[in-house]
Amino acid sequence: MADTTTAPAPSAVEAAPAPSHTSIVIREAVIAAVIAAALASILLGARTDIAPGGLSLEYRPWNIVIAAVVVFFGKLALGFLGPRSGVDLGGAFSGLAPSGDALSHAGTYVQPALLVLAVVGPFLLLSTYGGSGARQYIELAILILTYIMLGWGLNIVVGLAGLLDLGYVAFYAVGAYSYALMALHFGLSFWVCLPLAGLIAALWGVMLGFPVLRLRGDYLAIVTLAFGEIIRVVLLNWYEFTGGPDGLSRIPRPSFFGIEFSRGDGGFADVFGLAYSPIHRIIFLYFLILSLALLTYFISIRLRRLPIGRAWEALREDEIACRALGINTTTTKLTAFALGAMFGGFAGSFFATKQGFISPESFTFIESAVILAIVVLGGLGSQLGVVIAATLFIGGFEFFREFEQYRMLVFGLSMVFIMVWKPRGLISRREPSVFLKKRKAISGDLVGEGAG
Amino acid sequence: MSAPLLAVDGVETFYGKIQALRGVEMEVREGEIVSLIGANGAGKSTLMMTICGAPQARNGRIILEGRDISRMPTHQIMRLGVAQSPEGRRIFPRMTVLENLMMGAAVTDGAHFEDDLARMFTLFPVLERRQGQRGGTLSGGEQQMLAISRALMSRPRLLLLDEPSLGLAPLVVRQIFKVIKELNESQGLTVFLVEQNAFHALRLAHRGYVMVNGVITMTGAGKELLAREEVRAAYLEGGAH
Ligand SMILES: Nc1ncnc2c1ncn2[C@@H]1O[C@H](COP(=O)(O)OP(=O)(O)O)[C@@H](O)[C@H]1O
Ligand SMILES: [Mg+2]
Repeated sequence: MADTTTAPAPSAVEAAPAPSHTSIVIREAVIAAVIAAALASILLGARTDIAPGGLSLEYRPWNIVIAAVVVFFGKLALGFLGPRSGVDLGGAFSGLAPSGDALSHAGTYVQPALLVLAVVGPFLLLSTYGGSGARQYIELAILILTYIMLGWGLNIVVGLAGLLDLGYVAFYAVGAYSYALMALHFGLSFWVCLPLAGLIAALWGVMLGFPVLRLRGDYLAIVTLAFGEIIRVVLLNWYEFTGGPDGLSRIPRPSFFGIEFSRGDGGFADVFGLAYSPIHRIIFLYFLILSLALLTYFISIRLRRLPIGRAWEALREDEIACRALGINTTTTKLTAFALGAMFGGFAGSFFATKQGFISPESFTFIESAVILAIVVLGGLGSQLGVVIAATLFIGGFEFFREFEQYRMLVFGLSMVFIMVWKPRGLISRREPSVFLKKRKAISGDLVGEGAG
Repeated sequence: MSAPLLAVDGVETFYGKIQALRGVEMEVREGEIVSLIGANGAGKSTLMMTICGAPQARNGRIILEGRDISRMPTHQIMRLGVAQSPEGRRIFPRMTVLENLMMGAAVTDGAHFEDDLARMFTLFPVLERRQGQRGGTLSGGEQQMLAISRALMSRPRLLLLDEPSLGLAPLVVRQIFKVIKELNESQGLTVFLVEQNAFHALRLAHRGYVMVNGVITMTGAGKELLAREEVRAAYLEGGAH
């Protein structure tokens, strides 16, 4: 671990009895421990038990002591190793993991490598574990890819345009229900519904965008949070249309361009002369979400280099300056909301067709929180950061599934850890959207991109 | 005489209930450098921002080339050949110098981008060397040069500058004012300059205005204002370099 002696205690050499770093850290740790004990006395110290004649309170003083001690030492460690101590935690860990900067520098190699891995991955898994053994891993990969796609979609709104959106799950829900309802009522195929669902979600994005145009930061966050909840509550209560808490079931599964993944004549296996196996559908779903995620990736990468993408980033940096440069901040914000929502809608359609069943329970606030955490911890605006954060979180979630009760604890701790270690996210370096030009050697496409 | 490029007529601007401009009258003619001086809090920045439509004037008219722009949204005004280097420069800190300049060209069709970029690099050679550097890491003087260049990238006919000399070393201030003079003389760029640095601003200007508490109290040729006892006493004490 880091060498704590590099954090000098100033008072050791000063004659004046100024409080030393050590004593400040200890005092802060004591304060934190007292606060923790106070909180724990209510949250952890008492438990209701069923007793004859009703409930009884059982006191568990040791829990309070344990909580206080853990917080005390945690705060102490932060004080000596944290950002203000002079000890470079990032440096201390650089041997463990490549730093974000190194990662984004290596991006030119890392990204194609990840892409190749993503394409051949399922076949590697199949040959290693066999059809039934690989299934759970491929399903996990599908889940991770869904969150990567959602992360990239939200990244447009939060990372690029700097609009803090806590209700992103609403668009995921709109996409899912749009697909499910269109497929169930009109019998439209997935490929027809997908763009429509994206469009509907984008419209909802604009509808949310209008009332919040003047809001920024925390106010915007609160309103978007409310918006996400409103959508969920409407889905929950509009029984005739959405099925309410029962949700919608028997949503059509996707077909391979018209060929169903069914047993028997005319099914996928039959047409391609394979033995029927349920894994075919899983693999198809995997490549479906992979293509949707890649679509999101390439569109957002491309947009970043276009005037609209630069306008988003400029908006994030300084809204007043944007207006002073003749940028219409209204349309700039609305396009960010609309595009972000559209990708959320695509992901929602995929979710609905993959599950075959949806209900409002899948679209709670915690989903928005997880997606936002992926974007923020990955490093706002970083595409690769989203991949790493999504893999860590969603993969980690599944890994800790057996330790159900500790999952949120580990999730919370890792968030705290990342925020202390890398306050700007795993990959905080921002890649310029245009590169150095020699005078008079500016390529033609750059000129075209200068347009408003 | 021909109509002025910009005419401000009886403009009153409020921040909520507080009145910042109390019936301002002034004009800027084609090809002029006009300086507005005044103490801190006089309302100079407010006048410049009101011309840009943020905040909008509650009363009065702002005429740009015969058209009343006082009810237009900012982004439309900035598409009429007006550009601004705002108070505090407002560089996009995480974006590179080149990206900042591209943002300046956002209202153009991009056809002249390359030429304009080369022109900026001739005006301020340091920007060419710094083009890949993030705006926030530039020195104060470089940031001011970038703010002016960014405004010029939109090919304006009227350039509005709010305190370009603020917080800069005298040598850098002289360089920036020299460039403003050059732009005016060689390209006929019309400049409206807001300054607390009265000495430089008035020496450079064809005409000047003095603002006190939201009204114009004096006007005249730049050199003439500079010679007046009231101006010297109020704005030049220790201010001359
Ligand atoms: N955004 C604002 N909200 C409220 N009052 C403001 C605002 N901006 C400026 N003012 C007030 O308007 C007056 C003029 O300010 P300003 O135009 O910035 O002066 P100057 O640029 O001449 O220093 C001051 O009294 C200032 O306090
Ligand atoms: Mg000012």
